[in-house]
Amino acid sequence: MNDQLVERAVGPDAPLEEPGATGGLIDVFRRRYLLTLLVRKGVQSRYSGSVLGLLWSYIQPAVQFGLYFFVMGIILGLHRGVPNFAVHLFSAMVMVHFFTETFSGGTRSIVQNRQIVQKMALPREMFPVSTMFVSMVHTFPQVLILWAGALVTGWSPSVTEIVAGVLGTLIVMAFGLGLALVFAAGNVFFRDFQNIVATFSLFIRWSTPTIYPYSRLALSSLGGTWFLQLYLCNPISIAVLLFQRCFWAPTVGPQFNGPPNFPPHLIERGLLMFAVSLVFLAFCQRVFSKFEGKFAERL
Amino acid sequence: MNESIVVDHASKRFTMRYHRTIKQMTVAAMRRQTLSDAFLAVNDVTFKIEQGESVGLMGLNGSGKSTLLKLISGVMRPDMGRVMTRGRIAGLIATGAGFHPQLTGRENVYLNAAILGMSEYETKRKFDQIVEFADIGRFLDTPVGFYSSGMFARLGFAVAVHADSDIFLADEVLAVGDRPFKKKCMARMEEIKKSGKTLIYVSHAAASVRKMCDRVLVLEKGVLGFDGNVDEGIRYLHYDDDDAEEVGSEGMEEQEDMDEQLGADI
Repeated sequence: MNDQLVERAVGPDAPLEEPGATGGLIDVFRRRYLLTLLVRKGVQSRYSGSVLGLLWSYIQPAVQFGLYFFVMGIILGLHRGVPNFAVHLFSAMVMVHFFTETFSGGTRSIVQNRQIVQKMALPREMFPVSTMFVSMVHTFPQVLILWAGALVTGWSPSVTEIVAGVLGTLIVMAFGLGLALVFAAGNVFFRDFQNIVATFSLFIRWSTPTIYPYSRLALSSLGGTWFLQLYLCNPISIAVLLFQRCFWAPTVGPQFNGPPNFPPHLIERGLLMFAVSLVFLAFCQRVFSKFEGKFAERL
Repeated sequence: MNESIVVDHASKRFTMRYHRTIKQMTVAAMRRQTLSDAFLAVNDVTFKIEQGESVGLMGLNGSGKSTLLKLISGVMRPDMGRVMTRGRIAGLIATGAGFHPQLTGRENVYLNAAILGMSEYETKRKFDQIVEFADIGRFLDTPVGFYSSGMFARLGFAVAVHADSDIFLADEVLAVGDRPFKKKCMARMEEIKKSGKTLIYVSHAAASVRKMCDRVLVLEKGVLGFDGNVDEGIRYLHYDDDDAEEVGSEGMEEQEDMDEQLGADI
């Protein structure tokens, strides 16, 4: 009987239980089939009716990249002394893009799918999770371009670099999803939350080593102070640094692997940050389930 | 017997908020107006439904029928008391939920079926039946945004009535569709009833409740006012007055009977 439902047993032997009781994120992955369909719908609907379609996923970051490259790199000279700074900049932008997409899309996801949320008892985490995967699909072409760019400039990674790349992605997934869950729940009650996201994303963009290299900060008067430590407590900063370690560092040689271009013990910091992000995600899930019961009536 | 639905002193409180922004709230507070009011949409309701029973849920608009269905389907949780169900719940409660106008009918069938809890295999197995029931012909591969409202609703309906379930909740049953489609729906509802599923049937049409159900629950402002025999329930609601008139008018009896059943009098 593989016809059986993924969610609840059918038949008189099924237990008497509370309807719609959910196991949160675990239930989301138990219903992978629905998740896949929702992700597919998200990807298809985003550019439906547009002639250029998925190409927009390339155009917007390309323009942004061009502007940053010109203004920050050439006019302001923020990347002076950074070889292959295009790869340096782009690897950071990819991560920040993935994060902001997950965060802002996830925050809006429950309100957007209110029609379903009000009518069906589903694990509601489904919607932020599916937006995370949708933004992953949209970020992937950028990673390909980044990879091609890194190859051209002589990318030859070791295991450490691959680990760094994977770790960076995992941190953004866990941390971004956690924030998206809490904000999605908040957004049901007060639509102010989707506006906070924009502000928050702007803050993230400037508080990661995207438009300036990490070395500029480490060597500035703020280097070695509590401020730098605080800066390194930002999971997205760590994720960006990990991604730069993965794509940029191997193109410029081993002398760039450590300080001042990267904080010391970057991989260890990454592992720790991933663990912290998972704890954060578990916490956010609990907050989400606390408010979930009121979604249907408040939408 | 096997209990299918147990509602035990369940209550659901709704809060009406009159003001949403800080500015409005401040102004209201200064004028000493109330900021919010709470009321019980479902008030201390208790009943049990056995497996295979068909129960009509009746009551005037705003009496809490939909809220009670949402408590049973698990979309909402009771604030007090508890609601327990056995097995999978389906029904005409989320027809067309998640239909995306830019996806084709075919894609939407799969998505909607998955939302209703069907597996890929189950959807594939029933796909032809669903399409036949919806009767949308060659529009199947056009985006549903181009469908007429009737076609859109029929497709949603078709998916919903084909989901395997133990409990079937039928709200808004005959709100859509033309006459032939309504007839088809009624026939399908009877099939569902005969298959031994627990059925909760929400309707204002006394005749169709009489036909479908063997028990009636009547809600009055959130309180369970009546629980028992179908005819008594309809009398309790005074819905039988209309019946008397209609039966009295001779000639188009059959026609009227049909209208009654299909809820055309609403």
